Amino acid sequence: MSERSFKKEVEKLRLAEGEEFRGEGILAVTKALLESGVSYVGGYQGAPISHLMDVLTDAADILKSLGVHFEHSASEATAAATLAASVHYPLRGAITFKSTVGTNVASDALANLASGGVTGGCLIIVGEDYGEGSSIMQERSHAFAMKSQMWLLDPRPNLPSIVRAIEEGFALSEASNTPVMLELRIRACHVYGRFTAKDNVRPQFTLKDAIENPVRDVSRIVLPPASFLHEQEKVRKRWPAAQQYIQERELNEFFTGDVEDLGILLQGGMYNTVVRALELLGLGDVFGNSRIPLYVLNVTYPLVDDEVKRFCAGKRALLVVEEGQPDFIEQNLNAILRRAEIQTKLHGKDMLPMGGEYTAALVLKGLLEFVRKYAPELMEGHALPTALRTDTAKPLAVRNVESEVHARPPSFCTGCPERPIFSAMKLVERELGPHHVSCDIGCHLFSILPPFNIGATTMGYGLGWAGAAAFNTNETQKRTISIMGDGGFWHNGLTSGVGNAVFNKNDGVLVVIDNAYTAATGGQDILSSQADNRIRTTKISIADAVRGVGVKWVRTVTRTYDVAGMRDLLKEALTTKQKGPKVIIAQSECTLNRQRRVKPLMKKLAQQGKRVVRERFGVDSDTCTGDHSCIRLSGCPSLSIKPNPDPLRKDPVATVLDSCVGCGLCGEVAHAAVLCPSFFRADVITNPSSWDRVKARVTQPIISFLQRRIDSRLSGIAA
Amino acid sequence: MASNLTAGRASVTTPTGKVISIAILAMGGEGGGVLADWLVDVAENAGYYAQTTSVPGVAQRTGATIYYVEMFPESEAQRAGKEPVLGLMPVPGEVDVVVASELMEAGRAIQRGLVSPDRTLLIASEHRVYSMSERTAVADERVDTEKLLEAANAAAKRFVRGDFARIAEEKGSVISASLFGALAATGALPFERRQFEEAVRRGGVGVESSLAAFAAGYASVSEPRAGQNKTNTDQTSVAIGPRLRELATRIRRDFPTVSHIVLLAAVQRAADYQDEAYAAKYLDLLERVRDADAQFGDGNFALITETGRYLALWMTYEDAVRVADLKIRRTRFERVRQEVKAGPNQLIEINEFLHPSLDEITDILPARFSRFLLNTKPLRRLIERFTGKGRVIKTSSLTGFLLLYGLAGMRRWRRGSLRFEGEYKAIHRWLQMIPSLAAENYALALEVAECPRLIKGYGETHANGMRNFNVIMGAVSRVRGRQDAAAIIRKLREVALADESGKKLDRALQEISP
Repeated sequence: MSERSFKKEVEKLRLAEGEEFRGEGILAVTKALLESGVSYVGGYQGAPISHLMDVLTDAADILKSLGVHFEHSASEATAAATLAASVHYPLRGAITFKSTVGTNVASDALANLASGGVTGGCLIIVGEDYGEGSSIMQERSHAFAMKSQMWLLDPRPNLPSIVRAIEEGFALSEASNTPVMLELRIRACHVYGRFTAKDNVRPQFTLKDAIENPVRDVSRIVLPPASFLHEQEKVRKRWPAAQQYIQERELNEFFTGDVEDLGILLQGGMYNTVVRALELLGLGDVFGNSRIPLYVLNVTYPLVDDEVKRFCAGKRALLVVEEGQPDFIEQNLNAILRRAEIQTKLHGKDMLPMGGEYTAALVLKGLLEFVRKYAPELMEGHALPTALRTDTAKPLAVRNVESEVHARPPSFCTGCPERPIFSAMKLVERELGPHHVSCDIGCHLFSILPPFNIGATTMGYGLGWAGAAAFNTNETQKRTISIMGDGGFWHNGLTSGVGNAVFNKNDGVLVVIDNAYTAATGGQDILSSQADNRIRTTKISIADAVRGVGVKWVRTVTRTYDVAGMRDLLKEALTTKQKGPKVIIAQSECTLNRQRRVKPLMKKLAQQGKRVVRERFGVDSDTCTGDHSCIRLSGCPSLSIKPNPDPLRKDPVATVLDSCVGCGLCGEVAHAAVLCPSFFRADVITNPSSWDRVKARVTQPIISFLQRRIDSRLSGIAA
Repeated sequence: MASNLTAGRASVTTPTGKVISIAILAMGGEGGGVLADWLVDVAENAGYYAQTTSVPGVAQRTGATIYYVEMFPESEAQRAGKEPVLGLMPVPGEVDVVVASELMEAGRAIQRGLVSPDRTLLIASEHRVYSMSERTAVADERVDTEKLLEAANAAAKRFVRGDFARIAEEKGSVISASLFGALAATGALPFERRQFEEAVRRGGVGVESSLAAFAAGYASVSEPRAGQNKTNTDQTSVAIGPRLRELATRIRRDFPTVSHIVLLAAVQRAADYQDEAYAAKYLDLLERVRDADAQFGDGNFALITETGRYLALWMTYEDAVRVADLKIRRTRFERVRQEVKAGPNQLIEINEFLHPSLDEITDILPARFSRFLLNTKPLRRLIERFTGKGRVIKTSSLTGFLLLYGLAGMRRWRRGSLRFEGEYKAIHRWLQMIPSLAAENYALALEVAECPRLIKGYGETHANGMRNFNVIMGAVSRVRGRQDAAAIIRKLREVALADESGKKLDRALQEISP
């Protein structure tokens, strides 16, 4: 069960010809796939395209009715290899993942696919995780398109454009026998908008037809001599075919303007930002009208030389708005203009930053520089927008705020079962000193941030243990610790990490954090999920898999909140005489999913008059001395501070916020670290049983009597 | 690749109805997305194009996120015969409304230039969700709320504030609802209250509680507030009971006015901790410092006040007896009940997480017996077997309560206990320095007076604090006589507070030029 349900939204996928679709970009993509007669879809979840996978999951029935097969691929490589179905058969297939990380994983299969070429249309929808909100290294998918000769679409970020990009993407792919990549930036994936729907199309040629009438064609297989022919085919046949199709179908867009001796060439994805910048400079309006002609590349690879030449004809200068580096497009343009001996001045990375997201403010700056250089008169009498004004000095009070604003990096949620694992590691650190910790990708990577500050490197999804492979020497008894999530484990960690450690006789320790979902990507199910899943096989044991590849020392913790237990087990793994790889599987359900499951259930039981116990932690502010060591060992969002009620004490005291889900970590840490007696757990019992009542009836009078005695001792001290 | 493939010769128009831009700054799980969706729904049903987007990603895990909404009247679009091109990210200086779910997030919006004095309405909840660095500090590193509020006032065209978190909580809803109500009340958007509420209804989740929070948020803006939102809890007077009247008069008679609040709270604490005699003893101990302050001080009487503060805290050190005493009180039981929001027909059970160590036991036993205990191995081991691991004690059960009650009863023997002996010596060492230091360097005396701030916590934390304290006391004798002595001690104290381990402190000590 994933974090967000689209059960309601997926009904929009049934919209028919002429009806208006309103919703999130990702949902529109799904609808467009169905309108394009796609036969199969695969992919691997990850922001910003996680919702695409979730939508498809919730749309299982609709997909079935259209004969569309949908897979949660084991990895991006699996997803890419799935496209093999379109090599020999006229089947349209689409895959999706987070890029560039997912594209890295997929590129072996993608390169093979692109070499042999395709018969059915192949669409690779990549969520370009670049700029603000990104969680990965800052690179461009563009490079993959170039190296493997796949075409790259970068449509204008509005629903009609995105939808058309999908329809045309399939057609382009078929017209040029080449897989096509569709790049969607983060904001485009989440943008809410509208477009006019078409009917969904059931593919004429189905998977059944393909399976029952197998075809093979050696010339499509990447083996010499075919592989050499493929390369020639790419440049001689597929490339020209693509350029021809792009022109005929006018996939790139030209917007004319009255300042004809200048021009702006931009990636489709940059369109809205550029238009807004033009408007603010008084050179355009909210409807996209621009005084400077625009050449919008909805296809950013390959460039169409003839279009470029046509656009540049009679232009003094051209500004290229190309986000990210290296400046592939600008370099390409230089080559085209030089060959054609066109003298149009080319600007781009000299007026806009080489790297980083192109925010509206940056584009404004670049545009202004361009206009001031070639047509300053256009700006006459027009006041500069605030973002460009340097004259207005910020008031002192505003400058002061800088120091008051702290970063808020993401961190473990309230009640997260991963937090106690790192609390335990902190305690081990106190006893055995620091260890080299190799991290992985997933929520657990938040351990590298305060308050834990645990972890030295992360080399990619599932590569946690591989990242410690070199630390394999008998010259020291000290061991390394590696972290891996259940998601990364099934993605490739079982072989790249565990298998590798067994084969190479690694003596290190691996902690597999098994929270029963790929939590970081939105809580999707995986092989080892404990939930029943209507369309997938779950409940496969990680421990069995680990033993299966030959690990002898395997321990499973079924309650990670037991900090002391976790600490002792880690110590054992780090100090045991037994040589060879050691694997600890730390199991507890992702609290986000758990709350979603349990909360409504508790409510229902309470309403039915059943006995329900709600656990809630608290801190006694009169025994708390305000040293906050409990927070330093937890960092739980619900464990915060508040002004000290004691007039004598200055430092704030710890406090537990209402968002507490009673996971118990506070108490466990207080115990394991021998912290402080201020923590208490209150069990709030709804619909108490008769036994509860009897106990209370016996206890309360005695307690009240003794409490009255205490009161009398204290009477007269405070008024 | 939308409808207009090749637009004809474009004529740049300047539409009268401009784009309405709204930025929402929230933290993961605060419903910033819901708020954005409501806004889109309101706008679309009022004949506007509406677009919203965000960059949630991992920020959904408690990080800070910006949701951005733009609206544009359909009538304008029809007149122009074209659809508007709406932005995907806020442009500094071009934002009409900024909604911040928390005060530091408002600061973030200002920092990013989203709030401009000629245009922006800033609606912010003035409550604080403390950042990690604020929460993990050993002492107090909370940012200055006033600075944030000043910045908000200076940066915005109009600044609307209120504790929208509390308002929402009171209605059993989430902050997005109360903020939505506040936004509606500002009249900044061209929609009626009714239209906002209909959007909430159409949303269909938790409608009733959301509407209640919406109404409360609306009212908090539309109706003048009766002086709510207290930010500081500084007490202005201490309610002294009859048994302490004498001591109170003594304080008011013999001690400077500025110190009264602290000293009154102090005697109350001492009497509550032990008895009136103990409270009287406390005042006796302070007299020499008082005189020194009067003689050498600058008239602000900071020395007597701070010494008074830390002497009181030190004399009422937290031993097992004190903890037990505080845990079993009626007032505490009631406080817990209301803190966990237990209803009248709900039972609650209170479980304490205690971890008695051998030391904590010998702390409270008669000094002689404790020493004997500590020096006889077999006995030691026997006890350590019971103090090996933490215990959960149910104070609400008879056995648990009686155990702590008995423990609290050992108060009467405290004066004879091993710990008392030790603390008393240490207190004297510290207290005696102060008057003599004041004579030669008042500022230094004041710094020394504040050093016990380092001693807090329990077990290891307490031990660390005490070690750092002693180290600094040692340094005092080294630096006294120097001009910059006070500055050095202050520096050392701050360094010690910045890192428990004491490593930074040791480094700072070496750096002191001879």
